[in-house]
Parts: sequence; structure tokens; C-alpha cells
Amino acid sequence: MTTALVFLTETAENLGKAQRELLSLGARFEQTLVAVPGDASESLRAELGRYGVATVYTAAVDPEIFAQPLVELLDAAIAAGQPELVLTGNDPLSREAAARVAVRREAGIVTDATDVSADLLISKDELAGSYGAQVKVASQPALVALKPNSVDDAPAEAASTPEVVSLPLAEVDAPQVRVLGAEPKPVSTRPALNEARVVVAGGRGVNGDFSPVEDLADALGAAVGASRAATDAGWISHDAQVGQTGVTVSPQLYISAGISGAIQQKAGMQTSKVIVAVNKDADAPVFEIADLGIVGDLAKVLPQAAEEIRRRQA
Amino acid sequence: MSEDNSNALKIVVLVKHVPDVQFDRHIDAQTLRIERGESTLSELDEYAIEAALAIIEAHGGAAAGHEVIAATMGGSNASGAVKKALQMGATSGVHLNDEALAGSDVLATSKALAALIEKIGDVDLVVTGMSSTDAETSVVPAQLAERLGWAQLTQASSVEFDQATNTLVISRDSATQRLRLSASLPAVLSVTDQANEPRYPNFKGIMAAKKKSTTELSVADLALDAAAVGPEGSRSTVVQAEAHPAREAGTVITDSGEAGIALVDFLAAQKLI
Repeated sequence: MTTALVFLTETAENLGKAQRELLSLGARFEQTLVAVPGDASESLRAELGRYGVATVYTAAVDPEIFAQPLVELLDAAIAAGQPELVLTGNDPLSREAAARVAVRREAGIVTDATDVSADLLISKDELAGSYGAQVKVASQPALVALKPNSVDDAPAEAASTPEVVSLPLAEVDAPQVRVLGAEPKPVSTRPALNEARVVVAGGRGVNGDFSPVEDLADALGAAVGASRAATDAGWISHDAQVGQTGVTVSPQLYISAGISGAIQQKAGMQTSKVIVAVNKDADAPVFEIADLGIVGDLAKVLPQAAEEIRRRQA
Repeated sequence: MSEDNSNALKIVVLVKHVPDVQFDRHIDAQTLRIERGESTLSELDEYAIEAALAIIEAHGGAAAGHEVIAATMGGSNASGAVKKALQMGATSGVHLNDEALAGSDVLATSKALAALIEKIGDVDLVVTGMSSTDAETSVVPAQLAERLGWAQLTQASSVEFDQATNTLVISRDSATQRLRLSASLPAVLSVTDQANEPRYPNFKGIMAAKKKSTTELSVADLALDAAAVGPEGSRSTVVQAEAHPAREAGTVITDSGEAGIALVDFLAAQKLI
């Protein structure tokens, strides 16, 4: 029997898309456990039950200490549940907490994973998505950070009523890293960039005006992305940067507008299923990887497309 | 803190020699390891070198006894990464040069690097880039902090060091918030490409680097068993690797006034709307 432990570093009112994908992958194994900070609310327990979760490990976590309490929670949940597989998000905090637990347990950790087979063979992307690799882990547990948009959201066939087990954590004496402040970022009504099904991204060619990009994104229910040139110019927040040093995306559809397609950009989006590129320059490298390329002015093409989408959906 | 001068900072910057991202990169079909021809200093490590240099320069620089040691691990060609760091202004280099290290996973890499930091001795701060540009796991700094028992200040988009209180304060961005984090040294710091603007080595720096020393060490020098690193010391193994089929250029049209409609037709045909 294979037991999978899904590690959630935080929960909002509802589970996020990437979290549901983690639980869907976990539900493929004979037993699914969850570790989550805080006290698992009734609505969270019900949601976890849809994925057939047997047990939820919880612990009170001091918000003024960075990362360390999450490391203790994951470590204690592994000790309690003895999973063969630990599934975490691919975000930095989840990866780092899992990596620290890997040291304590002499365990293997695999990041950027896209799938885990029944016999725990892990699929992952290498070299910015230009290669696909299969990785074996020779430890219990195997720790795996799953890329968003890799697994379909599929609740378990039979729902469960998870048992909640509160874990006593060792006191973190002499806190190593203190949280001095946490400034929330503006909440967007658009989907999160790293997990969006559709991304519309703008680059140097938007010339300071992101409104055509944002308008098409809203017509498609998409997230807004940007090239490094656009974020460095201050036209849009750095959080929107797609690429090697920004967010890596793997959506069903990526629409690139006014982005030449330099290697760093390409590294962040080349695993997208379908790529559409709009650029004035017919020689832009992005056209080499686009399924549909449009040589034209994004300020004309994007609004026309947005209007047409709204017309057809009306 | 070193015993001879309690105010002198000893900073180790971990640098990595990686395949140049400007060229096509490959995984060797036999060894399943990344091919390391056409290699260069990982671009993201330049931000780490800059962060370390900025910290010592704000507190008197090398003249005040502060040191920035550029350290790397890997085969003989890995020394290229140290050389560039010395040209930028690092005071000396350390190269853990041992063929036994080839094929190390994250776990074995952090084990070797932690042993290297302990061998260097009296280190106050380890600085790294946000990720290597080849393996891109970005978790080695967290593992180093765990192994050394030091504070983990990772993914910093800004860095301030107060020597009077021996405290580092960083900003760290997540998708939903910006955190301000604080810790006393010793610490492991990783910096993003938002943290600073790395300097270019100038002629003076390039000439000065020729006179700087780089110490070569082997795994045995660290009192590590060869079986603790490389494939034997690793817990994850790549068993297969294949290049994804190259993306091919699709249809390219030139807008003559109706391209927005054509775009929507394409999305409809692909069942994307």
C-alpha cells in the first residue's frame, strides 16, 4: 500500500487550483494524508474529504517565525503518517521546507515534477522544459514538488470524512528568522499567473500601455504576464514576469504580445500547449515557436480579438 | 567571526559553472547528466557576488579585514566561475575539485558544500544566487541552512546588514505578500535578480584577479567519504531523459485589418474558447 502525504503551506477560504491538483495526484494512491498549518476548518475538511483524504495533520504555527514551524510540521507529519511519497507545491517556500526535511531524513527531493507513477517514478522537466526526465528516489519518503497545470483536478470517486490529528510541535527555541512585517499585495480578480489556464503576456512592444493586454486577458479569463523588458521598464509589477528569473508557466494557451522571445522569456513559457504570438517584427524569434504568428500592431490586433470574443460569447 | 579580528566579516559566495543559456543545452544520452561544454558563471550568481561585495564595501571593505571568498565545486573546468568572481572583486577563491562529485543530487551537493563551509572555517555568511540556471532546483541554500544550523534568509529581493547588531534584514516576495525577515549571523542568504545591479569586471579587476589565490581541495580534504557524494551519496537518480520535440513554427499571417478575428477563429478551432 502506498501512502501519499500532501503538504499545504497555507490555506485561504478555499483550496487553490495548484492545491487541488496536488490532492488529485495524492488521491491516486491507496491512502492520502494532508499536513496543513492552523486548525483545519470544517469547510477545509469537507473539501479535503472530496479528495478521499484519510487524515489531516494540523499544528499551530507561529506566524512571526519564518519557515521553521512549517519544517517542524512536515517533519512531524511524516513521522506520524510514514508516507512513501510527500507532495508539495512548486513555490519557493514549499520547496524549501521540503528540502530541509529531506536533509533530516536523508531523503531525495525532486522539484518541477509533472507526474508521479503508481510505482513512484517521477516525471519532471529539465533545462527549462526542453527535456523530460524520469527520476527514481531511493528513500522513504520521496519528496516531490509538483508544477501547477501538470495534473487534472479530479476529486476521488468516494468522498471521505478526514480524521483530524493535532500534532504537538517541538518549541522553536531561539527563533532563527523573525518575520518583521508582512505587506499584502493587491488582490487581483484574475487567476494566479503560475496556475492560469490561459496567459496573455506583453513585452517591450506594448510601449508602456498594458491595457490592450489586460483587456484581452479579461475577455479570456486569463492571467497577465510580462517580459523582463516590460517589468524592468516599470510598466507592470515584477510579479508578472514570465521567464527564467520570474514565473514559469505551462498554460493551455499563451498569447505573447510585443515580446521578441529572447531565451530567458522562452525558458519560462515554452511548455505551454498552444502559443500565439503578435509582433510587429516579422523576424522576432517568438514566431519560431508560435502555433499561430501574427505580424501586426498589438494595439490593433488585441482589442479586435477581445471585442470578437465578447461578441461571440454574448 | 574569526578569532584574530572579531569585527572582520568572512563571506563565502557559492558560484556555479553552468552551460551557457544562450546556446542549446543538452543532456548526455549515456550518463543522463547535463553536458557542460560552452559553460560560464551562472548569471544569477553575479547578483550573489554583488550582494557580498556591497556588504563588505559598506563596512570598510577588504582594508577592514573583510573577506569575500568565491567557492565552487565540480571538475577542473568549474574554476571558470571562481575566476569571474575574482575579477568582479572577490578576495580569494576555493575550488572543491573532485571527479567523485559528478552526479551529485541536491542532497549530496548540500552535504559537500556544508563540509566545504566548515573546512573554510569561521564563516559568518554564505551568499548564493536564487537558483542555478541549469538544474534550477533553488533548494540548496535551504538545505545548507539546515545542515549548518544557520538562519535561512532566501530569495531576498533587498538586503540590509547592520554590523553593530550583526543582523541581516531582507525583503522576500511571495505571490500574495512581501515579507520583511530578520536574522542574526551566521546565515545563508540567497538573492534574486531584483536585489542589485551586478558590476562588470573592469580592467583593474581583471588584472588584480591574476594575483589572487584559489585553494584547491578534494573530497578527502573535507573528511568526507567519497561515498557520501556523487551517485552513491545521492537519493535521487535520473533514469531516463529525452529532449521534448522541438516546437515548430506554425502559420504566420500578416495583419491586413482582420488578424484579431483570425486569432479568435484559431482559438475556436483549437477549442480554447
